[in-house]
Amino acid sequence: MHPYLAGLTGGALIGLSVAGLMLLNGRIAGISGLVAGLGQDRGERRLTDLAFVAGLIAGPAVFAWLAGAWPEMRFVASLPVLALAGLLVGFGTRMGSGCTSGHGVAGLARLSPRSLAAVLTFLVAGMLTVAALRGFAP
Amino acid sequence: MIARLTAALAMGVVFGLGLSLSGMLDPARVQGFLDVTGAWDPTLMFVLGGAVSVALAGFALARRLPRPALDARFDLPTNRRIDAPLLGGAALFGIGWGLSGLCPGPAVAALATGAPPIFVFVPAMLVGMAAFRLVQARLG
Repeated sequence: MHPYLAGLTGGALIGLSVAGLMLLNGRIAGISGLVAGLGQDRGERRLTDLAFVAGLIAGPAVFAWLAGAWPEMRFVASLPVLALAGLLVGFGTRMGSGCTSGHGVAGLARLSPRSLAAVLTFLVAGMLTVAALRGFAP
Repeated sequence: MIARLTAALAMGVVFGLGLSLSGMLDPARVQGFLDVTGAWDPTLMFVLGGAVSVALAGFALARRLPRPALDARFDLPTNRRIDAPLLGGAALFGIGWGLSGLCPGPAVAALATGAPPIFVFVPAMLVGMAAFRLVQARLG
């Protein structure tokens, strides 16, 4: 399958999941919020968040079973840089109330100006960061 | 409650399948999308376009319904302010995303692959989330 078609089809599945979680359970499928909620929420909400995250982790295994190969992963950063990036992603997504899924998919689909502002900000910050990386090591 | 748990699990699997098929699990491809001044890879535009189109239809339908199928009410964000924490947090996230090519969804989903670097990134991300909670509690 051409990468663009795989991207579009995979994207549609992500959209289906976001729409489905809202229409069935009334919840926004924002991964940073759901993951952080595992450490904060109590009772049933914690269990449903845990069920979603368990499904999310099972997804690539189901893909490998259907496609006969694991999804391709080419890491681009050294372990220290990955650790720094992980800290920034964790801190930043909580401070900014969302990530690529909550703001990027659900927020844009809800036509939320707040989410649009967040998406433009993290896209520009990401692009500037990669441009700086390329500048330092062309 | 069993119905809601089953729905959450199923939607999680669909999300993880979508990430796997779309190429979002591949940090090189994601970083390539952010590399607008270099070898730009537009694949993520198709991913985002597909995801937002389907989710848009879902939310349009949700607005016409009194409540979700399995629960008492829709739980939607109420904060509409575009303020410094929103933009500052998004900027910090964007820097980490650019450095690594990883955001929370793909990183958590990739735990299943057993790839060692993910077991550095995800714990660091959880520490970052906990650190924000501490800072927030300290500053009120």
